[in-house]
Amino acid sequence: MDASSSVPSAPIKMAVRDLNFYYGKFQALKEISLDIPECCVTAFIGPSGCGKSTLLRTFNRMFELYPEQRATGSILLDGENLLTSKQDVALIRARIGMVFQKPTPFPMSIFDNIAFGVKLFENLSRVDMEERVEWALRKAALWDEVKDKLTQNGASLSGGQQQRLCIARGIAIKPELLLLDEPCSALDPISTARIEELIAELKKDYTVIIVTHNMQQAARVSDYTAYMYLGELMEFGETERMFLKPARRETEDYITGRFG
Amino acid sequence: MAVSLSVAQRQPRFSRRKWFNRLAITLSMCAMLFGVFWLAWILWETVTIGISSLSISMLTESTPPAGEEVGIGGLANAMMGSFLMVVLATFVGTPIGILTGIYLAEYDPRGKLSFTVRFINDLLLSAPSIIIGLFVYAVIVMRFKQFSGWAGAAALALIVIPIVIRTTENMLALVPAGLREAAYALGAPKWKVISRITLVAARAGVLTGILLAVARISGETAPLLFTALNNQFWKASMSGPLANLPVTILQFAMSPYENWQQLAWGGVFLITLTVLGLNILARILSREKLK
Repeated sequence: MDASSSVPSAPIKMAVRDLNFYYGKFQALKEISLDIPECCVTAFIGPSGCGKSTLLRTFNRMFELYPEQRATGSILLDGENLLTSKQDVALIRARIGMVFQKPTPFPMSIFDNIAFGVKLFENLSRVDMEERVEWALRKAALWDEVKDKLTQNGASLSGGQQQRLCIARGIAIKPELLLLDEPCSALDPISTARIEELIAELKKDYTVIIVTHNMQQAARVSDYTAYMYLGELMEFGETERMFLKPARRETEDYITGRFG
Repeated sequence: MAVSLSVAQRQPRFSRRKWFNRLAITLSMCAMLFGVFWLAWILWETVTIGISSLSISMLTESTPPAGEEVGIGGLANAMMGSFLMVVLATFVGTPIGILTGIYLAEYDPRGKLSFTVRFINDLLLSAPSIIIGLFVYAVIVMRFKQFSGWAGAAALALIVIPIVIRTTENMLALVPAGLREAAYALGAPKWKVISRITLVAARAGVLTGILLAVARISGETAPLLFTALNNQFWKASMSGPLANLPVTILQFAMSPYENWQQLAWGGVFLITLTVLGLNILARILSREKLK
């Protein structure tokens, strides 16, 4: 790794080593190595096409859905390499919640949207399931708005509510890690503010990784920031230091808006 | 050089475009009216003549002998036979079509096998229905040495399958990748993602495809000519020649007998009504999907 990248002081949840990623012949990630600290928010920033979303999608092996995409290197979650793990990929994905750019409510009721993921790995009684759904919706700061219409279709909610529903869905399966892929880019400022508050709340329990286009957002919500450019990790460190005293000229240019 | 154009400078090109716009609208209106005119005429003739030949006996009695008095006998046996074959063909063809569509869209969208299946399916989709009738004649009717309702249903199912395959595949392909990924991200296995998420998200479109397939086979004549043939008598069994509306209409309309011709118009009216109803239902369903 580059000398300009500092090693986080918090315990390491996920360690990425020499990660290369290919879309067919095109190499989208080059020798990425970084440590994701536990119970912190880590932000990936960089211009469009720099590979930040691609990197996020390697963490739960989402890329495997597409045969022409492949990754080499290692991604260690609590020391276990996810890329070579003998465990079924479904079991790995269940340890990692993911929220996408556009809200993706399932075509079912609000209640079932949450219960769907839970039922995959747990056999809960009706009462326990109701408890779990309420717990997840409360954690996602959505409970008060939907508690009287849990049987309504998930698509009937507003965009911001849908996104919080997706976050609740990700939390309900009790993961260890939460991946947020530009979760606010389709939302208005008020919904964005709510999600940002939520992220600050969530990091008490979960390790959160967020991809964002918005540098102010990265500065507001994250503890650590990784700046990527053309598939390379340019700089990684504590957010405050990155924004106040970036070690590299390229990072500074991007952060100050002179480029990108 | 001026940095802003004046209105007068923009006017000539703008006027020309406006004139072209009017011309285009007029031409497309003419084309639309031309098409709608014939359609409306067909519908009008069918409805007016059809309604006048409608009677209770048409729905309750079986086809009469040639040359009987007008008003005696009906189409009950033909309606029953058509109903049996259409329902059976739909029940057999729909699952095959949906499962194949799922394979093409979800399991192997870019594979060699999918490419081949898609190609053959397109052939089947555009194959003249008389060829399908002849095929079933050769494979089933010749083997069992008998025309039968089973053979008729088989021929109709062969028409349903490619339509359902095509619509299922297209509708599943329209489901946003994000929805699929979100389900996989929770650790859902593939069959669960398909059965609970993507197929449900595409259900209105798939259902529309099935309804349109039913509408299509309700009026198909050629595939039944060599398979179910026809039958003068009431019969709820599928083995042996089976009465059905399209072939009855063909036979009766071509006959010189007044009573048969009347019934043919009645049958045309019934089929038109069914197809119209199915299409309207399909429209309502697909509109709900857009919501």
